[in-house]
Amino acid sequence: MKRLNKLALGLALCTTMATSASAGELTIATVNNGHMIEMQKFTPEFEAANPGITLKWVTLEEGVLRQRVTTDISTKGGQFDVMTIGMYEAPIWGSRKWLEPLEFGADYDVNDILPAMRGGLSHDGKLYAAPFYGESSMIMYRKDLVDAAGMKIEDNPTWDHIEKVAAALTDKEKGVYGICLRGKPGWGDNMAFLTTMANSFGAQWFNQDWTPALDSDAWNKAVNFYVNLLTKYGPPGSEGNSFNEILALMNEGKCGMWIDATIAASFVTDPGQSKVADKMAFAQSPYSATKKGANWLWAWALAIPAGTKQAGDAAKFIEWATSKEYIELVASKNGWGNVPTGTRQSTYDNPKFQEAATFDEAELKAILSANPEDSTMNPSPYVGVQFAAIPEFQAIGIAVGQQMTAALAGDISVEKALENAQAAADREMKKGGYYK
Amino acid sequence: MMTDRQRERLKHRIAAICAWLVAILFFFPIFWMVLTSFKTELEAIAVPPTVFFDPTLENFRLIEERTDYFSYALNSIITSVGGTLLAMLIAIPSAYAMAFNPGRWTKDILLWMLSTKMLPAVGVLMPIYLICQKFGVLDTRIALVVIFALINLPIIMMILFNYFREIPKEILEASRMDGASTFNEITQIVMPLAWGGIASTALLSIVLLWNEAFWSINLTSSDAGTLVALVASFSSPEGLFWAKLSAVSTLACAPIVVFGWFTQRQLVQGLTFGAVK
Amino acid sequence: MNSTLSKWLQAPSIIVLLLWMLVPLSMTIYFSTVRYHLLYPERTGFVGWSNYEFFYTDPSFWPAILNTLILVGSVLVITVVLGLAIALLINRSFPGRGIVRVLLISPFFIMPTVNALLWKNMMMNPIYGLFAVAAQSVGAEPIDWLSQYPLLSIIFIVSWQWTPFAILIFMTSLQSQDQEQLEAARLDGAGAWAQFRYLTLPHLMRPIAIVLMIQMIFHLSIFAEIFVTTGGGPGTQSTNLAFLIFSQALQGFDIGVASAGGVFAIILANVVAFFLVRLIGKNLTV
Repeated sequence: MKRLNKLALGLALCTTMATSASAGELTIATVNNGHMIEMQKFTPEFEAANPGITLKWVTLEEGVLRQRVTTDISTKGGQFDVMTIGMYEAPIWGSRKWLEPLEFGADYDVNDILPAMRGGLSHDGKLYAAPFYGESSMIMYRKDLVDAAGMKIEDNPTWDHIEKVAAALTDKEKGVYGICLRGKPGWGDNMAFLTTMANSFGAQWFNQDWTPALDSDAWNKAVNFYVNLLTKYGPPGSEGNSFNEILALMNEGKCGMWIDATIAASFVTDPGQSKVADKMAFAQSPYSATKKGANWLWAWALAIPAGTKQAGDAAKFIEWATSKEYIELVASKNGWGNVPTGTRQSTYDNPKFQEAATFDEAELKAILSANPEDSTMNPSPYVGVQFAAIPEFQAIGIAVGQQMTAALAGDISVEKALENAQAAADREMKKGGYYK
Repeated sequence: MMTDRQRERLKHRIAAICAWLVAILFFFPIFWMVLTSFKTELEAIAVPPTVFFDPTLENFRLIEERTDYFSYALNSIITSVGGTLLAMLIAIPSAYAMAFNPGRWTKDILLWMLSTKMLPAVGVLMPIYLICQKFGVLDTRIALVVIFALINLPIIMMILFNYFREIPKEILEASRMDGASTFNEITQIVMPLAWGGIASTALLSIVLLWNEAFWSINLTSSDAGTLVALVASFSSPEGLFWAKLSAVSTLACAPIVVFGWFTQRQLVQGLTFGAVK
Repeated sequence: MNSTLSKWLQAPSIIVLLLWMLVPLSMTIYFSTVRYHLLYPERTGFVGWSNYEFFYTDPSFWPAILNTLILVGSVLVITVVLGLAIALLINRSFPGRGIVRVLLISPFFIMPTVNALLWKNMMMNPIYGLFAVAAQSVGAEPIDWLSQYPLLSIIFIVSWQWTPFAILIFMTSLQSQDQEQLEAARLDGAGAWAQFRYLTLPHLMRPIAIVLMIQMIFHLSIFAEIFVTTGGGPGTQSTNLAFLIFSQALQGFDIGVASAGGVFAIILANVVAFFLVRLIGKNLTV
């Protein structure tokens, strides 16, 4: 049936040479991150290879985009033919049948996509979004400073060791802070990091019966450690810091260590924007009680909202944008150091990529070690490393994030913050009907 | 010993210096933003801040390459001017009637109109979104024009009402004696007298609509995006963005700031609110 | 003009605003009584007061109301006082007055989102922001404005944008003040304060009322400045009612609860409007 539709469309295109502007016009909603901006620049290449399809872009910052696409898809607004969504949305929307399941030809080599990514973007074994680029988290540190302090950072150090290194690197006179971590409230901001940290202390978001587990000892230990660490060795204003703020500090040479998204590696090693580009080294995330869930897993992926009239063309576009050929196209224009990573094994196997990227091994290792289906020490009922893929999580994550920021700012104690967080989570879960 | 005159002059001079200082303080952030737009990303976050540097047009080039600035600017112009015109069209006759023929309920009606403006837009996003969807006008300029007209109508009504009340009734009565029709009354007597007020109300409305962020971001995608949406597409990506954001903000604000500068005399003329007697 | 015609002329504005208010309002009230979660389209049905209860029992509810009132109140006081002072300062002519005027009113034309981004990143950032750099250059510890004094910082940012509006209006009104009267008062030995208190201030009562009214309308639902700078935090220190509704509606996807919040916001707006009109109503023709 679908093929028939396509055929009809093709015939229509052939017979009426002067087609209306909207036929074959794809509206793509995407985030304004660097890799997507590059993709936008390759529009002419795609249009030349696929006559009859023209691309229109809607580029927005992450938070605004998420709100726009969620409103659109849940009300069947039909404003977009292709949507950029994250690992949090894909399984939830897939289970609601809001997305078209993706099937690709043999050339696409779907098995080349890293299993963790495929798993995180599927529901019931069907792939609902194709990863455009993926990331995990790791330690990025100033090798020169660590060496000078006579210290060492190996893969998966303990948090106690990190604290010692942070103490040794901190030199407030010179404006160097031992460790920079996210503190700005938000489920994708401070909570993404703090969840991985809590995971490694043996904590989890929900118990098996879906009651929130924020009142556990493990959370208490993890958050106390975090607040203490950042208060002593972190930069002022950590409460307002997320990825970009810390990146600016790191590139200015103000941070000794930073634990954050692997994608940051490509920015901090870029001499065009970093003063410390040649002084960076990388290691796997620290842990305390368990290495499980100590580093996160995230992907920005492309998906087709169910009911779009142009599903065929949209699928063509997604196949193109997430293919090996696209990665090669970017490499040929911008060099192998700038290709979207974290999606395909073949990228990491490519010797040219290995040569160009100084962080590829660390990144691949981090991605491969993350497992969204099993990320907590004790069994948990949810999928996701730094989030729980349930509709209530976003609201809970934001409320809890606010409390953690308040604790970091010293407005309330860690105990009080976790108590408030537990209460907020409990309210949402009760409303969601998980228990009475 | 200073004479009174000298003291007066000194006071005058100090006041002038203070005025200049305050003005520079107020304008400084904008100056800094424009300055930053000519820096590289690394210079933009340098500590201590760089004041002297090689200006670069790189940020503007990137914006040019990535987006079609003029189509966003055109949308901003069409929606802010269109919304204002539509609102004026509805408001002028109504405010006229209320001012010259006030009824028992006029005051209450005006107050009620103002209260419609106090509802936070987020509270009614879903209803409006669903309505726009039903009518198939999501991402169209016409939807923005209509909504812009509606959100500014209460304020326009209030200002115009106040302004029309300033017009002495005797003039109208005199013209009525001469047998002028209501239409003539509006076009030939009221409008010329109230022209200053109408113009400044319209200008104020254009400024407010140009900067309206909530509806223009939530109801548009690719076709009707305004400059506010353009700024949103440069705000907070992964990576350093302050210089680029400064550049795009400069581009987005420049038309309305320059417009404001040129029309400031006109803009303030009508906003005296009864102080002219 | 006869009253029938008058009614006909008034009708369009009343009808469109009535529609604009009633249609979304009735939908909002309807949504506030049903189950309506964007991510659970299958859950529907009447739920009575439970959405209201959920919104009302949110621990940030009262802080949000209080913050809304503090925010509106402080901005109103600051902009009017500062606006008056500056308008008086530039009332007499001096070299470059035209330029000073242009510089002073410019912030009013800047988009609120840009304004917030500008202050957050370039001025108030505790490391590379200009405030921090200035503090360090005199040997003081930089202050992290947005996390230590979040509400104050937002009041500051909003005031920066709206003081020019007050200046603009007061400036014009001052120009129309009766100079002869002032001169006469001066000759009678009235001091500067007395002149201001007994002549200028009464002259400006109506413009002040208008500035208060227009600003209040905008500030009751301030959103962009908070969204961009503090995200309502730390904790709930800078969450106002509009932001609380936003976090329920668009971040929590629960339209039912958000609609209940919208109804609370309408009630609050009308209560504030009622008192404000009592307070300044005499000076308002409305």
